[in-house]
Amino acid sequence: MTAMLIPLLVPLVGAQQVAFWILAPVMVLAALGVVFSRKAVHSALSLALVMVSLAVQYAALDAPFLFVAQIVVYTGAILMLFLFVVMLVGVDVSDSIIETIKHHWIASVLGALGLVILLIAGVGRAIIGSSAGLAGATSAAGGNVPALAERIFTRWVFPFEATSALLITAALAAMVLAHGENLFPKVRQKEALQQRMRDFVSDGAHLGPLPSSGVFARTNSISAPALLPDGSVADSSVSKTLLARGAIVDAGELKAPTHAVYAEIQQAAAEAEEALS
Amino acid sequence: MIPLENAVFGADPWWIVLIKVVLLFVILLVWTIFNVWYERRLVAKMQHRLGPIMNPTWAGGLGQAMADGAKLLLKEDFRPDNTDKVVFNLAPVLTGVAAFTSWSVIPFGGEVTMFGHQTHLQLTDLPVAVLFILASASIGIYGIVLAGWASNSTYSLLGGLRSSAQMISYEVAMGLSLVAVFLFAGSMSTSQIVTAQASPLMIGSFNTHLPGWYALLLFPSFIIYAIAMVGETNRAPFDLPECESELVSGYITEYSGFRYATYFLAEYINMATVSAVATTLFLGGYRAPWPFNLVHVLDNGWIGIVWFLLKVQLLISVFVWLRGTLPRFRYDQFMDLGWKWLIPISLVWLLLVATLKSAQSFHWFRSPVFLGILGVIIVVLVASLFLPSKEEPYEIPDDEEVFDAFAGGYPVPPMPGQRLPEMAGVVRSTADHSPPQAADSSFDETGADS
Repeated sequence: MTAMLIPLLVPLVGAQQVAFWILAPVMVLAALGVVFSRKAVHSALSLALVMVSLAVQYAALDAPFLFVAQIVVYTGAILMLFLFVVMLVGVDVSDSIIETIKHHWIASVLGALGLVILLIAGVGRAIIGSSAGLAGATSAAGGNVPALAERIFTRWVFPFEATSALLITAALAAMVLAHGENLFPKVRQKEALQQRMRDFVSDGAHLGPLPSSGVFARTNSISAPALLPDGSVADSSVSKTLLARGAIVDAGELKAPTHAVYAEIQQAAAEAEEALS
Repeated sequence: MIPLENAVFGADPWWIVLIKVVLLFVILLVWTIFNVWYERRLVAKMQHRLGPIMNPTWAGGLGQAMADGAKLLLKEDFRPDNTDKVVFNLAPVLTGVAAFTSWSVIPFGGEVTMFGHQTHLQLTDLPVAVLFILASASIGIYGIVLAGWASNSTYSLLGGLRSSAQMISYEVAMGLSLVAVFLFAGSMSTSQIVTAQASPLMIGSFNTHLPGWYALLLFPSFIIYAIAMVGETNRAPFDLPECESELVSGYITEYSGFRYATYFLAEYINMATVSAVATTLFLGGYRAPWPFNLVHVLDNGWIGIVWFLLKVQLLISVFVWLRGTLPRFRYDQFMDLGWKWLIPISLVWLLLVATLKSAQSFHWFRSPVFLGILGVIIVVLVASLFLPSKEEPYEIPDDEEVFDAFAGGYPVPPMPGQRLPEMAGVVRSTADHSPPQAADSSFDETGADS
């Protein structure tokens, strides 16, 4: 009954059209968001939305493998790496417009031209040529996934392997470029411990851990310095980072309220004694 | 085309789909509350204490889990200054939605009659259902990374980065362990993988009546998946993204109230999700274990839910057991385990499985060449049993240097091969050939930095 009702309510519209007309505006808005967002992370998120919507389109068009591969590969892995870069490099870094490789732009233009030609050829062939239809293309192999596997691993196996070789080369190149030799030998836990022992023997340097920050009546913040028995500040209790930021609270300021109260008490005691005598 | 049509099962009427969706949602919420209580009670049993016992006369303190849940929802939902409002709010929603989504392709049971309709106890199935679960897991990790970034706190950022690095590393090993299952089942659809495991194991022509679970047939894959699933859910001993001794609580440091509850919910659902995937792919899914599979009544229809829930709960108990037993890994050890052990082992194992499969389909096993190679391998193995072992017994060096405990001007314990001055004249027992480990093992070459 309901199966009959749905075509009546939505005449001549299938799930694919519904999915397209809902997702297409979302995708266009998200694509605009990629370009116009002020923060790089927001751009990356908009890109993720475009990718996921595209994946749902694939699902609506009965391409389940492409749907999942789109999410796992693009939305999952690649965009995650992109987010990493954005988050770690920071959003304030401005792009350099100086050409690091000479005549770099010629190669870019050629690459872009090649991509446009490929796209025109691919899309044009899909529009002009006659298509076998989804069932015609996949039923021989016994389903969507086996049909794709058969294509990739028989007819297109060399382009497929060449692509993976290209990717591996790129990954290796990135590793070689990013690799740096150690200038100094790496200090591990054992060496650090031995160094501390040697310092103790030669200079009498403190062997134990650094002292913690100070605990006062009104604060135990990490920015409060600890005091030595003679009342002076223990320098090693103060974080160097906080010191550089100027965030260290003055010990005298911290002690002042206590001193004031003590003075008051002593004064009151003296007055009381005077009154008694 | 009818919108609710399904590539594997055919069409369900919309109201059955609605019933399934609502039931799934309710089951996951209630199960999470139960699991919180279950974990605390079980880990308490393992540590000889009681665990949550609020109102112990009723349901063993289950009320405390509900009270905790209600408290979390009613608490002030606090957002710190200078955090990114949109992303901070979006992150928990992403993680929560992804946690629920992956359950849509997990089979709770086989085919049943629901209000006069033949239907499967599974919301939907895809030809690529298992990959779909991996895909929704990779969406879920977005919520964690974005929470780390949006919180504007170093602890959160480090937690988020750790989590995504962990996810990327362990998803590779997990995917590789699943490929062996796909090869054996010939499908990536969850319901078809369960069906493929239902046929009994045959040794030659002898029927063992044991269900052909992939945990038996593909044991190394199962072990790799079991390790990777703990790494994937950020649970102890791999809970580095939220380890309190280093990162306060990692990516959820700045979260509270409802948004925190969403992360909490997602973590427990994810624990159930990976357990459910392990059940479906390796432990026969909703089909009865041996010997119950011999009784037809116990291996059919609605009973499937019971078997499924029992198996998943058992795996969740393993999660709790791990948490109660193992200390947390160090981050570099964790990455070493993933990249240097799990991934290479899965690759080699996968090659073996693929070779075996093609050997079966091309009938290599019947060729004389194969029998010859097999004979040589067996002869070598048997011969190696009779060869004397190369392992030399530990010999006590006679001229151990007597060591000066104050040589450097400060007291130090003896190193291996050194002997305390008061022990210098003592003759050791010759019965014990093992090196004296207990006293000084922490000071040998590897002990100090491993």
